[in-house]
Amino acid sequence: MAEPMKIRASMAGDTAEVKCLMNHPMETGLRKDAKTGALVPALHITNVTATVNGKTVLDAQWGGGVSKNPYLAFKVKGAKAGDKVMVSWVDNTGDKNSAEASIG
Amino acid sequence: MNNLRRNVLKGAGAAGAVSVAVMAGLLKPGMALADWNKAGFESKDLNGAMSAIGAGSAAASGDISVKAPDIAENGAVVPVEITSNIAGTDSIAIVSEKNTMPLIADFKLMNGAQGFISTRIKMGSTSNVVAVVKAGGKVYKAHKEVKVTIGGCGG
Amino acid sequence: MKKIIVALAGLGILMGAVAANAGPEEDRVKVTNYFKAKYPDIKVEDYIYGALAFDPDSKAQYNSIMEFPPYTAEIDKGEKLWKTPLKSGKTYADCLPNGGKMIAGNYPMFDNAKGKVVTLEDAINECRKANGEEAYGYGDPKTMGLLTAYMRTLSDGMKMNIKVEGDAAQKAYEDGKKTFYSRAGQLNFSCASCHVDGAGNRLRSELLSPVIGQATHWPVFRGGDNLVTLQVRYEGCNKSVRHSPDKAGSTRYNNLEYFHSFMSNGLELKSSVFRK
Repeated sequence: MAEPMKIRASMAGDTAEVKCLMNHPMETGLRKDAKTGALVPALHITNVTATVNGKTVLDAQWGGGVSKNPYLAFKVKGAKAGDKVMVSWVDNTGDKNSAEASIG
Repeated sequence: MNNLRRNVLKGAGAAGAVSVAVMAGLLKPGMALADWNKAGFESKDLNGAMSAIGAGSAAASGDISVKAPDIAENGAVVPVEITSNIAGTDSIAIVSEKNTMPLIADFKLMNGAQGFISTRIKMGSTSNVVAVVKAGGKVYKAHKEVKVTIGGCGG
Repeated sequence: MKKIIVALAGLGILMGAVAANAGPEEDRVKVTNYFKAKYPDIKVEDYIYGALAFDPDSKAQYNSIMEFPPYTAEIDKGEKLWKTPLKSGKTYADCLPNGGKMIAGNYPMFDNAKGKVVTLEDAINECRKANGEEAYGYGDPKTMGLLTAYMRTLSDGMKMNIKVEGDAAQKAYEDGKKTFYSRAGQLNFSCASCHVDGAGNRLRSELLSPVIGQATHWPVFRGGDNLVTLQVRYEGCNKSVRHSPDKAGSTRYNNLEYFHSFMSNGLELKSSVFRK
């Protein structure tokens, strides 16, 4: 989905706390359309990666069980204010999105 | 997605497989053949999901905290926060035991990422939420029960 | 009248002010004192959280989700609607008092010239019509819902400040109060049955929210996803208790919202919040 994700990144002591809000319908493929009764096809993020100054810190695989418009928070020790955090996702159709923020 | 991968790897040598696939029209430009644990994510029971992520013999640990509600306000969006105090945590996975497909997410952590993941998950019914943590080549687990009800005041 | 009141009191029904001409402020104080007495450990200002004020586990989930709500993209869409000029070239900020900021707590208000209650949604539609646009569907989540999901947040922190001045306004207030306290529909519930008498108790698995604070926090995003405005909630609630609903924007619902909002006077507004 093209909707931009939001990232908030700030330092707490020597650890960066990163919080993201992604926009994605996260369909499991198990839900029936209320009007037609047909199964809504699976459409969900399958992979999420996060980097700090280009170095991978998080590499995740997701199923449809993560909630719609996913929220993700993680912590990185040793990151510093001003470092660049980038979070990217890919879904099961190949659609992708990413966003970048400076750690505040 | 796996069939595509299999055909691509069959039809081309190790080098240039992706470009061959693009030229053969099998792979749209920009579509990555990312790793995805299909067996795990499509497993329909707890044991299957746990085996698929290498957690078949995970040991219960008191050093993992699973913070989740006692009773979910809405099963579509249940906040779950996992903290692992086990030194060298390099992986956290979330499994919701009674979900149709219990494996929710599997996070590899590296280069300073701490043993901490906070997210929101879907739960179809009352169930244990299981956290699987890998550290120092060993596997550990902890869980919390979350009750899920269907409310009566929706309007 | 007195026999009926005694009988109803015997059934545990609170009728609010007994005298026909008791003022709205007396009504508000009376029902606020009722809750202070019934739940002395709950701060009155926490009633803006509704049923969550009674349940720490629910409130913790609300706090967690409100930290970074899943519907932020919807609010952004509402912001775009708010900032897009109307056909005349003017914006909503040009129409509404104070550019639309810190005003939601003044609505609904009684418009003496029009002889009726005017809600914030009515004021938005008046602005649209005066500037070359068609009115939005009052209860349409995709237009009025999205627009107010953003616009109402411009009044976050404002204290509810409804005024009932003059006979015509008083009449509309009394009509809303009557709707609130009258039993109706197949299940013969009044709003008060749940939201005064039953507030803080459970009806099956649901904790019932109290009337005070109730009108401060709309629209809500149910499950973080389903946008519901206050009068659409009136429709839903009426249906739930098997009482044929009005359509959002009706005179009866506007008068009800007038009374309902007055009961939250002095309490803080916060819009576009998470609910189950």
